[in-house]
Amino acid sequence: MHSVVCIKQVPDTTEVRIDPKTNTLMREGVPSIVNPFDMHAVEAALKLRDEYGGKVTVITMGPPQAVEALRRVKTLGVDRTILLSDRAFAGSDTLATSYIITQAVKKIDSEDAVDLVLCGKQAIDGDTAQVGPGIATRLNMPLVTYVIDIDSVDTEKKTITLKRSVENGRTALCVEYPMLMTVLKELNEVRYASLPNMILATNFKAEVWNKDDIGAEMKNMGLDGSPTAVRKIFSPPVRECGEMIPHGIEQPDVAVHNLIEKLSHNKTI
Amino acid sequence: MSDNSYSNKYDVIIVGAGPAGVSAAITCAKAGLNVIMLERGEHPGSKNVMGGILYRHPTEQIIPEFYKEAPLERHITEERVWLLSKDSAVTMGYKSKRFDEEPHNCFSVFRSKFDKWFAQKAVDMGVTLICETLVEDVIMKNGKVVGIRTNRDYGDLYANVIVAADGANSLIAARAGLHPEVRSNTLALAVKEVYSLDREKIEDRFNIDSEGGVTIELLGDATQGLMGTAFIYTNKDSLSIGVGAFISQLMKQKISVYDLIESVKTHPMIKPLLKGGETKEYLAHLIPEGGYRAIPKYCIDGLLLVGDAAMLVNSLHREGSNLAMTSGRFAGEAIIQAHSDGDFTAKGLSTYKELMEHSFIVQDLKKYKNTEKFFEEHMQFFTLYPQIADDAAYEFFKVDGIPKKEKQKIIWKQITNKIPSWRLLLDIYNGWRVVK
Repeated sequence: MHSVVCIKQVPDTTEVRIDPKTNTLMREGVPSIVNPFDMHAVEAALKLRDEYGGKVTVITMGPPQAVEALRRVKTLGVDRTILLSDRAFAGSDTLATSYIITQAVKKIDSEDAVDLVLCGKQAIDGDTAQVGPGIATRLNMPLVTYVIDIDSVDTEKKTITLKRSVENGRTALCVEYPMLMTVLKELNEVRYASLPNMILATNFKAEVWNKDDIGAEMKNMGLDGSPTAVRKIFSPPVRECGEMIPHGIEQPDVAVHNLIEKLSHNKTI
Repeated sequence: MSDNSYSNKYDVIIVGAGPAGVSAAITCAKAGLNVIMLERGEHPGSKNVMGGILYRHPTEQIIPEFYKEAPLERHITEERVWLLSKDSAVTMGYKSKRFDEEPHNCFSVFRSKFDKWFAQKAVDMGVTLICETLVEDVIMKNGKVVGIRTNRDYGDLYANVIVAADGANSLIAARAGLHPEVRSNTLALAVKEVYSLDREKIEDRFNIDSEGGVTIELLGDATQGLMGTAFIYTNKDSLSIGVGAFISQLMKQKISVYDLIESVKTHPMIKPLLKGGETKEYLAHLIPEGGYRAIPKYCIDGLLLVGDAAMLVNSLHREGSNLAMTSGRFAGEAIIQAHSDGDFTAKGLSTYKELMEHSFIVQDLKKYKNTEKFFEEHMQFFTLYPQIADDAAYEFFKVDGIPKKEKQKIIWKQITNKIPSWRLLLDIYNGWRVVK
């Protein structure tokens, strides 16, 4: 089975700082990583390949340096890596991004039929969780979000049985593929790269596709294709710490009295 | 190499991407050898620690004019030595405009930045660099080292020559039987804090121009009387402050290095220098300070040890990276020679030994071979003498109406009260002898 995994290079948010004056991200010197959820999507695709055969193609959209994200997944042993890079893509919001990636998946599909598209739940920098569902809609594929378990694949009937996390539990589904899923970290543990794959990744060349390669129209991408506008970025106000009313155990009467006094004082009760 | 071809055989495998390993890698790559370098850290430098002074001369032997592009902090224009007692410092130092002119003598650096840059130079020259990979064992064949085993799947690699540049606790050297036992009196434990401080404050407090920098070596009370030293180096907008002592002594006196560095930071002579700063980073490192006698066999069939793995540290002159780079370069030159001869036995690699023995590395370590032992047997150099120097200086500078001649008598009496004069003279004579 042929899986296409969409990954994103993101700043390592554990090391991101916010400029206190402008409230913008200070990306300078912040290392880039592959969005952690996406790594689990790659691992899921590799596991399916290990079990059912086939191929794993990984695509990412970004500036030329995003090739480092592809290098990282190359160490895990993926078969093909494609970088979608074009100045015309710059400034794309989630709507435009899902358009560009859809165009790329269509092209891959025309060369080598795609069975599954996998994405991480969301990117840790934007946290929107919109691009995956956007691609599914544009490709007119069944969509399953928040996947936590892939039980089995029936390659005869072309169905996949999986579990997804819902608010108060989990649901099991059997879905026909081609389909698109977005995955959670619980799905698997990302493998440790083998030494030969590490060595191969040091001097690999990713394929680079631009807007003409994927037949993308200008009006659907970049700033023109992006209805979203950032009005303002701000840090949420720091929550003030609560007040402790002491001696609740030794003198509950006094503590309760103090509490009631305080509550009635600021007219809560 | 094309996209899908992979070979597990190289001319040279280098274990460890610190100054020694990278120097060996670059030297070999320049000669067209096929080199792979393995590093356990996330990137070169991420796990590497030193006081923070990098010397220009040995570095330029590897990359001429590196200082024009390498990430450096400050070039050092002043070196100070402080002999500390409880509440005083007897100071000495040297500052020169000559150190302010290019090419500079030495620089303060951050290893996490410098090593990364340095290793990238090797990669640019064709070295294959693999990070986050631990080399766990050597592969032997007929008594010769022929390869290494990493902690990854299909993780065996083979080469004509292996270079162990994996630090004081060298796993390679141990596996090859070259570090029979690591003794606690040949290893020092050093801890270091990077202390952030405004640029202007650093320049005011240390009396330096915008690019210049200061080193302060701290002796005496800085180590609470243990055999060791402490230091403060100026970076662009931070200070590196650290202290190191022999593990054997830390154990005997039941002092932890954390307490040591706290006592350095709160010493009345040092506290004002740090005021308003905060700890940004905390690092610890083992330093092989056994000197000449601790140097293991560093050249056997198919394997060379370089840098800390070969215990190459001149503790008296705080030189480590200097010896690491030079030994790495020598190893590289010997490996090139061995390749042209097609002989990778200890004999074929013996150029390394010859270069080492004729260089400052072995000669300096030989010169100071008795210092560790001497100071270990004469702890008064770390305890009593700083106090004597303090008392003498105090008397000397105090104006209290006593005639100078009388003062000299008082000072001498103070000294001989603490230690018999014959003992003092003997210590001075012997102390001079071990470093002469």
